Amino acid sequence: MIKTIHLTVNGRAVELGVDQRESLTDTLRNRLGLTSVKKGCEAGECGACTVLLDGKSVNSCIYLSVWADGHSILTVEGLTKENGELHPIQQAFVEEAAIQCGFCTPGLVMTGVEIANSGKTYTREELRELISGHLCRCTGYENILNALERVVGRKENGTL
Amino acid sequence: MYDIKETYRAHSIEEALALLEGHPGAVLVNGGTDVMIRMKEGKLTDAVLISIMDVPEIIGISLRENGDIAIGAGTCFQDIYHNEVIRGAVPALAHAANQVGSPQIRHVATIGGNLCNGAVSADSVPILLAMNAELELAGAQGTRRVALTQFHTGPGKTVLQKGRELLTTIVIPKEEYAGRYGSYIKFGQRNAMEIATLGAAVCLKLQANKTRLEDIRIAFSVAGPTPLRCAKTEAALKGMALTGDMVKALRQGVIQEVQPRDSWRASKQLRLQLVKELGERALRQAAEEAGGTIHD
Repeated sequence: MIKTIHLTVNGRAVELGVDQRESLTDTLRNRLGLTSVKKGCEAGECGACTVLLDGKSVNSCIYLSVWADGHSILTVEGLTKENGELHPIQQAFVEEAAIQCGFCTPGLVMTGVEIANSGKTYTREELRELISGHLCRCTGYENILNALERVVGRKENGTL
Repeated sequence: MYDIKETYRAHSIEEALALLEGHPGAVLVNGGTDVMIRMKEGKLTDAVLISIMDVPEIIGISLRENGDIAIGAGTCFQDIYHNEVIRGAVPALAHAANQVGSPQIRHVATIGGNLCNGAVSADSVPILLAMNAELELAGAQGTRRVALTQFHTGPGKTVLQKGRELLTTIVIPKEEYAGRYGSYIKFGQRNAMEIATLGAAVCLKLQANKTRLEDIRIAFSVAGPTPLRCAKTEAALKGMALTGDMVKALRQGVIQEVQPRDSWRASKQLRLQLVKELGERALRQAAEEAGGTIHD
């Protein structure tokens, strides 16, 4: 059955008719064309479909679109400024070559944005834990952690 | 597309119970991180889902006037992990909450769902069992209170009357946490996105001079058909001095009280070894938290 939902997607209010059986991943990709949201495991394990729901990272593949009714969603498409400038997390991923095949990247960037939005800094070990909901089969995570450290890093002794 | 027939959203406990009554076979869902997987695996088909994520009465953590800690069943693990009341009074529960799934899962998965699914591996259960937590179940006839030790009846089975009742609150009575110290140790193949191979929790109270056990509770997950307590070992250890003999008594006792099985995740033999080893480590950790020193 089709249900009407209201969302704020990347800052824009949208009214959508969605099938109540569909995942938020499918709605964002197929109805709104936001293909940065990747379909990986589709079981909440790999993190490729991660979006921010009211500022919190969630696996959109195991979240029904009807549950998101009334809420706010941010995807990678909503990060870039009008002048084309990248978000600091995206820029850091570029500078540290934290991308190989790129499939895990949008999800990891969104978790990175969530971490940056916390306004705090983190040790490498803490960052490892914070990205533990993402699988990357190319990089070995080292460059991803290097990129995150550029923006939100903190040394063990508290200095940057 | 998920195999869903209809979805509803409840906005109060009353509305959730009314929806349940009006739709036999309907399933309550909050974060959905387990229910959605059951649909993926074809274990739940043609589902009628009643979402309780908008029921404010079951969200949040509070300290009741009598000092009991009340955790709303709809509180997500992330909020439990960061909550000051939990961190102060039952830090082992905060630690357990942080062992569930991944950050994305913990943002939506709730403690009530973890309990009601009845999984023998649920990360929140061993420490709550060791703390004698109680559950408040709301039904049409009012609310009943059930001890967590009486809640699980088999793998995936609980005393909750599905279709008629709703878990609203997890209560940790003041006398069950004041002066008591706990620990939870999870064993898995990896550190994140992992289902426990075995979990061990200890909650203990030391005598005033901190050299003897006044009281101890020991609980395990994935060590039998339900999460379980080791009552005989607990009774045997009560009053013992903090020595190597006490540790040995725990290792020898717990092994008699568990019934782990072989599964693709681990053999019975490995689980029996883990029961002894993690039981000991959980005991040592809780004793240290309590300020006691074990003289081996």
